[in-house]
Amino acid sequence: MEPPNELALEAEAIEAERHHSKTQFFVVWGGLLVLTAIEVVLAYQNMQPVKMLVILMGLSLFKAALIIAYFMHLKFEVPRMKVLLMASLVICLCLMNVFFPDALRVVELGVK
Amino acid sequence: MADVALQPTGAHSFEPPLFGTYSKKVGMWLFILSDSLTFGALLFAYTYGRISNPNWPTPFNSGSIVNATVMTGFLLTSSLTMVLAVAAATRGNRQGTIGWLVATMVCGLMFVILHAREWGHLFEEGMTPMKNPWGAPQFGGTFFTLTGLHMLHVTIGVIYLGVITVGQMRNKFTANDVEVSGLYWHFVDLVWMFIFPMVYLMSTRIV
Repeated sequence: MEPPNELALEAEAIEAERHHSKTQFFVVWGGLLVLTAIEVVLAYQNMQPVKMLVILMGLSLFKAALIIAYFMHLKFEVPRMKVLLMASLVICLCLMNVFFPDALRVVELGVK
Repeated sequence: MADVALQPTGAHSFEPPLFGTYSKKVGMWLFILSDSLTFGALLFAYTYGRISNPNWPTPFNSGSIVNATVMTGFLLTSSLTMVLAVAAATRGNRQGTIGWLVATMVCGLMFVILHAREWGHLFEEGMTPMKNPWGAPQFGGTFFTLTGLHMLHVTIGVIYLGVITVGQMRNKFTANDVEVSGLYWHFVDLVWMFIFPMVYLMSTRIV
């Protein structure tokens, strides 16, 4: 029989790693609930909208990373899949940031 | 011409997939990628409006925030039950898979019911996609588009999980099908992790 090639070995190793304990899922779920509670408390802190937006987005990105990594199992996929999916998504979303300076400019101009 | 048939010689005779997984999962990831950009564009449009309008409405009182927080709790719990359904399916535990899938659907339905109730309150207060009694008129349009598209995704997700559950009962679908449906469900949860703070928490009415 032919020896298994590199791709097959990599896939098998990742498949074996995916069979982790349920405890991990409960820990991630608890973490997500705690982060949500922190966000709700922050909402009542009377901050500047831009400052609050930055803090809430930071927490949301962390929550999204937990969901993608553990619940969607991306952490346990092959590296090329992780890199291809996340790099393309992040680049596209970052490109949309080009509109924000204009939103701030509208505020500075005092448009009613 | 020689009549020769090539026989497979072992488990590794065929070339393994480039992404180390089956094609249905890669297909679902590609769908999620494209849908992320749709929601991303809507969220960026909402945020643009929020930043550029000093009179952006803040209509969500503590009752609405509690309601939205409970909705978030239901979605997060549904993600946990979904991942437990996938784990049960991987182990070949059909009863466990069906039970966790039903729990996920119940959480999803609770989310939709609470969301519909929230919409009802906003309609009662005079908010429509075209106008609202509090400030910038574009608030209604962006709010209903964003949350409506998300609610549609949740509803489709509940139906999708229903189909998978029935398939599991009839022993028709494999663990891979449960995992692929799980990816869709987690994505719906993921999107809400951005809608909740940006739409609700950024528009909290502080008295």
